[in-house]
Amino acid sequence: MTTIEAIRETLPAGTWQVDSTHSHVGFAVEYTGGTFRGSFSPVEGALEVDESGQATLSGRAKAESVKVQDENLTAHLLAPDFFDAERAPEITFSSTAIEREGDVIDAVGELTIKGITQPVELEGTASEPITDAAGNERIGLQLRSTVDRREFGLDWNMALPNGEPALAYDVELVAELYLVKK
Amino acid sequence: MITLLGISGSLRRQSYNSQLLLQLRELLPEGVELEVWDGLKDVPPFDEDDEAAGPVPAAVSRMRDAIAGADAVLFSTPEYNHSVPGQLKNALDWASRPTATNVLRNKPVAVVGASKGAFGAVWAQADLRKVLAAAGARVVDGEVAVGHAHERFDESGALVDESLREQLGEVVDALVAETRPRVAVAA
Repeated sequence: MTTIEAIRETLPAGTWQVDSTHSHVGFAVEYTGGTFRGSFSPVEGALEVDESGQATLSGRAKAESVKVQDENLTAHLLAPDFFDAERAPEITFSSTAIEREGDVIDAVGELTIKGITQPVELEGTASEPITDAAGNERIGLQLRSTVDRREFGLDWNMALPNGEPALAYDVELVAELYLVKK
Repeated sequence: MITLLGISGSLRRQSYNSQLLLQLRELLPEGVELEVWDGLKDVPPFDEDDEAAGPVPAAVSRMRDAIAGADAVLFSTPEYNHSVPGQLKNALDWASRPTATNVLRNKPVAVVGASKGAFGAVWAQADLRKVLAAAGARVVDGEVAVGHAHERFDESGALVDESLREQLGEVVDALVAETRPRVAVAA
């Protein structure tokens, strides 16, 4: 006997809260022949899915929570050249539409960095709910997008000897979210 | 009271840039005061060995305290060989240390300049803004280039060019605005 499973088109209903400890929100940007990575933590957020499958995802992190591997780079990232954390302390995302087809998730929403809000589209995958050792239901969302950092006013650069910019403008954003049902 | 620190890039007693800062006192809005710093000549050459050996030279400490204690810093610079005078750059090299926590980081700053030539130290001003941004300062937009500086002040030392006074007033206003409390602007 053969069974054909329907392709899931919605996320499971409920209020799913971001587990900050097990989630990762970060960025990757080409820097002079390599890739420079950083992250923000803790990240707060929630996925709300109603019975009809209508879903909204929201999240926020403090700009000053940026983590890179050198305190001088951290200071530069917090300065007006980049995030200007004094003036724009929060980075936020709020979805306007989420679509699902099987494991594939497509989330459209508004991302605010440095006080500037821009539309973004995140693509990724969702995992099926699993019950953890404490009896909580959990799901995973892995989302990615690439943005031009200049659209958020992060336009610092430095010319290399060959005249090319040292730091790329395209930045890959990664959100690996682990969510717990409330 | 908002306190601005004025730093002239010139050491000369009759410096037009020092004079410009003194004249700026006439243009300050109510509730704003400008103290002109006079310790530039005392700052020793920056040497990372001296820095590592410690202690920080007294003149450098005084400069750092003056910057840290001000709400904003207004620089007025001449131009030497198309760039920032060496002693001013040297002082900023001291001020910008340690990199992550230096006193210029997030400090609102503005740059104006005067020179006897036609261009009013525009290249020095541009270089100075670059240096200040590298130190992490909040560099406000606005440039005032006081060219032919020897013709811009009367015998009492007052700035006689009304349009320059207006431009300087705008830079002061922008600098004062940048000292406003840092507020959350994210959605």
